Amino acid sequence: MMKTTNKIRVLIAKPGLDGHDKGAKIVALALRDAGMEVIYSGLHQTLDQIIETAIQETVDVIGLSIMSGAHLPICEKLVAMMKENGLDDVRLSVGGVIPYQDIPKLEKMGVAAIFPGGSSFKEIVAGMNQLFD
Amino acid sequence: MGVAKYIKDEKGAIKEVTYQSGITVKPAYGPEDLEQAGFEYKKDLGAPGEFPFTRSLHPESYRSRAWTTRQYTGFGTPEETNKRFKLMIANGQTGLNVAFDLPTQMGYDSDHPLAQGEVGRVGMAIDSLKDFEAAFAGIPLDRIGSGLTINAVATIMMAMYQAAAEKFGFKKEQISTTPQNDILKEMIGRGAWIFPVEHGVRLVGDSIEYAVKELPKSNPVSICGYHIRESGATPAQEIAYGFSIAKAYIDNVKDRGIDPSDFVGRFSFNFNVYGNLWEQIAKFRAARKLWAKMLKEDYGVTDKKKLWLRGLFGGGGSGLTKEQPENNIMRGAYYALGAALSGAQTTALCSFDEAYTIPTPRSALLSLRTLEMLMEEVGLRDTVDPLAGSYFIETLTLQMEEKIVEEMKEVEKWGGMVKSISNGFIQRKVSRQAYEYEKGLQSGEYRKVGVIPESERQESAKSGGTEKSDVELHEYNEEWAKHSISSLKEVRRTRNDKEVKDSLKALEKAAKGKDNIMPRLVRCCHAYATVGEMTGVFRDVFGEWTEPDFY
Amino acid sequence: MPNADDIRSGNKLAGARLIQLIEKSDPNGFKLLKELYPDSGNAFIIGITGSPGVGKSTLIDGLIEAFRKMDFKVAVICVDPTSPFSGGAILGDRIRMQRHVTDKGVFIRSMASRGHKGGLSRTTKDCSVVLDAMGYDIIIIESVGAGQAEFDIIKIAHSIGVVSIPGAGDGIQAVKAGILETANIFIVNKSDRPDADATVESLKMMLNMRFSSQTEWLPRIYKTNALDKTGITIVAKAFLSHLKFMRQNDEWTRKRNELERLYFQSLLEDLVMEKVLEFMAVSKEVEAAIKRIGSHETDPISAAEQIADKILGF
Repeated sequence: MMKTTNKIRVLIAKPGLDGHDKGAKIVALALRDAGMEVIYSGLHQTLDQIIETAIQETVDVIGLSIMSGAHLPICEKLVAMMKENGLDDVRLSVGGVIPYQDIPKLEKMGVAAIFPGGSSFKEIVAGMNQLFD
Repeated sequence: MGVAKYIKDEKGAIKEVTYQSGITVKPAYGPEDLEQAGFEYKKDLGAPGEFPFTRSLHPESYRSRAWTTRQYTGFGTPEETNKRFKLMIANGQTGLNVAFDLPTQMGYDSDHPLAQGEVGRVGMAIDSLKDFEAAFAGIPLDRIGSGLTINAVATIMMAMYQAAAEKFGFKKEQISTTPQNDILKEMIGRGAWIFPVEHGVRLVGDSIEYAVKELPKSNPVSICGYHIRESGATPAQEIAYGFSIAKAYIDNVKDRGIDPSDFVGRFSFNFNVYGNLWEQIAKFRAARKLWAKMLKEDYGVTDKKKLWLRGLFGGGGSGLTKEQPENNIMRGAYYALGAALSGAQTTALCSFDEAYTIPTPRSALLSLRTLEMLMEEVGLRDTVDPLAGSYFIETLTLQMEEKIVEEMKEVEKWGGMVKSISNGFIQRKVSRQAYEYEKGLQSGEYRKVGVIPESERQESAKSGGTEKSDVELHEYNEEWAKHSISSLKEVRRTRNDKEVKDSLKALEKAAKGKDNIMPRLVRCCHAYATVGEMTGVFRDVFGEWTEPDFY
Repeated sequence: MPNADDIRSGNKLAGARLIQLIEKSDPNGFKLLKELYPDSGNAFIIGITGSPGVGKSTLIDGLIEAFRKMDFKVAVICVDPTSPFSGGAILGDRIRMQRHVTDKGVFIRSMASRGHKGGLSRTTKDCSVVLDAMGYDIIIIESVGAGQAEFDIIKIAHSIGVVSIPGAGDGIQAVKAGILETANIFIVNKSDRPDADATVESLKMMLNMRFSSQTEWLPRIYKTNALDKTGITIVAKAFLSHLKFMRQNDEWTRKRNELERLYFQSLLEDLVMEKVLEFMAVSKEVEAAIKRIGSHETDPISAAEQIADKILGF
């Protein structure tokens, strides 16, 4: 059949009630400009909604944007839900307001890529691509 | 963010300067520039305190009174907030500014699944009148006014404030509440919206109408260009979109047969101060003039006091950097200088560490001293609008006015602010600008002192890199959630279920029709209906908004 | 590898995984698609098309609600344009339908146009076969534009709805694009605008001029606006009326056969094209022909004819 090129599909999701989405939006634009297909699911998503979206869209990466400081409990829960729902080959990445000291904790949980505030577009794109090298 | 675009030659001489708002700046200005810009003293400037108020709202400005500064409070439980309130009043504060937690802002009770991890975190958790009674117990509400940082459910909080005051024996005519109540800016830049655009505006209109008739000392709307600027708007757009938002609210209330003169005098604004110094000053001077002109020409307002652009010029968070955070102390000082040179009546400053943490007492004090120094030590109170008459500033002010009008015309072309936001025009524009600006910062096209652009980062990494402080977060205390939830259970247990049901039904009827929902909300609050229940009625009747494309 | 039985029983992960394999042109994907093909052919496929910004996604969100209330299982495929510069895309249509995401009877899939004009491609059709086999009663396909593309909505959908907004001149555009021939239902959205009635009237006029027969479905025109849900329920019922009409008039069988024939044609074209491109990439004869063209020993037309004859063995 006609060959189509493989594109990385990334879900950019904002879990919870926080409405600061400037970061999520500009990262979505940057990933698009880097040739990725970005599924943008908008504000105020519950974890159930994020998982369901990841299933239906067979995303390669779930990219959480968290500015509320709740990244540890959210990621812990989401990693467990991903396993429960058979999303073993989907990577989890998180960006936003993340203290450096939490990075090892997140990595231990199974978060594959972490982008604290101030990460450049170049770093984020490279980080995403590296997940599939 | 907010830096002008500089094109320099190989020797570092500046060849071109372009401000974010799109204005190019010459190396030098003279009288011919004023002439070319069409400057006329009476039309464009006037004396301080005289229409069009370009120089100042008051003839004496800081000579008669220094600017007022604000400090926000509210976190955790209402009881703790009450203690903080009393402390601040004892320290001489004459007004309270209340922050609410995210579940309250989004109309959810503390036991809602979406509230998990958020109860009491960024502000006070309010589920029912009982919480307001705890928060404002023992506060002389006839003497102390309260600013409420609330938007989507501002009508509910206003009603609850009135109900609490009435419970304490005050009359609604005596109390002063200032809810932020600017839903349109939420949809552009802050994200705490619930209902579709038209319904959100209807609620704002209801609250303004109600304030005119029943809450004479209250200020129902504070329009925030601030957050729109933080999302990527240029300084000219900040004013233009702010004014277009104001028009949307004014028109909604005017269509109910209420004369704008009856309420525009109580509108206030919240504008940002970061970026290029001259651009900010010209922006504020042009804004004062345009607001007065717009009210006079478009709405027939004549009373001088009602033509004033009252507001807070401050903040500046987007201008601060995580890198070399102490640089932010100086940045804050320069932003504040701009605010002072612009004659800001009220101001507040983000503290130097705000880019990555909740302000520590030390950094909060530094901000306060920065503001104090300008007023009391280096001479910003000496004379009104000291830059008036400058060839550069007056030319720039006129050019800024032109830009703002241009941006407002574009919004009109799209059908007004409500349509522009429903269709996503504003959001798309602002997102794209934020993206382009960020790319410019990372490529070095725009420079911030102490920040090494991505393109040059490899070299600096070898030599140690830039120092970046770690982020500190708002603390979260599980106890707050436990406390709120048990208090909520108690309220549900002890209240009169029939009255709750009846009052919610009446609210639903008003929401479905055209009746003002405010009196019904007051009744619901008195019955101890919860924030979640009242918002739930609105959710059922109005539905929830879904965002248009931003790309 | 997803399991065929899982897909038949409606397992979303399995179905989505198969769609993923097909998008990646994985041969295992097509093997499975062949196996599942007999399980398809039951769904009612609705195409929703119209210029960007007219409110297709919001309409579809309302249609999902309306159809779910009638107990139908609904799947949606949203197509968004791929950036011609970067090859990437932002797929954000699902935001407006996101409230249905945890509904067990709803499946929403976003696809990028990947360079296909008009957005749709044969892959969209493959995807609809999977959703059909999964048991969705109604499959809604959202795409941009109308009738100008190589592979467009008329090759996939049984019933086509065109959305326009008043005053944008869309009514006239639709005529020019030939959509008048293919659209079954016209939806004038944002009908709270003052010129909505005028738009409806001009559409009516154009349609009356075109259609006169009793046995043909006379396209219907509806007004909707986002603040009023009842209008959308009426549109949902209108699509179902069209389905009923097609069934009663044998149109349904004719349409299904036509779509199948078009699918076969597309598949054949794609298969052959793929083989030809593979051949061209490695063939020494092609290399030689290019050299002879370069040295003017032959012209491109003759060279192409020669090689084509050889490939096809005519």
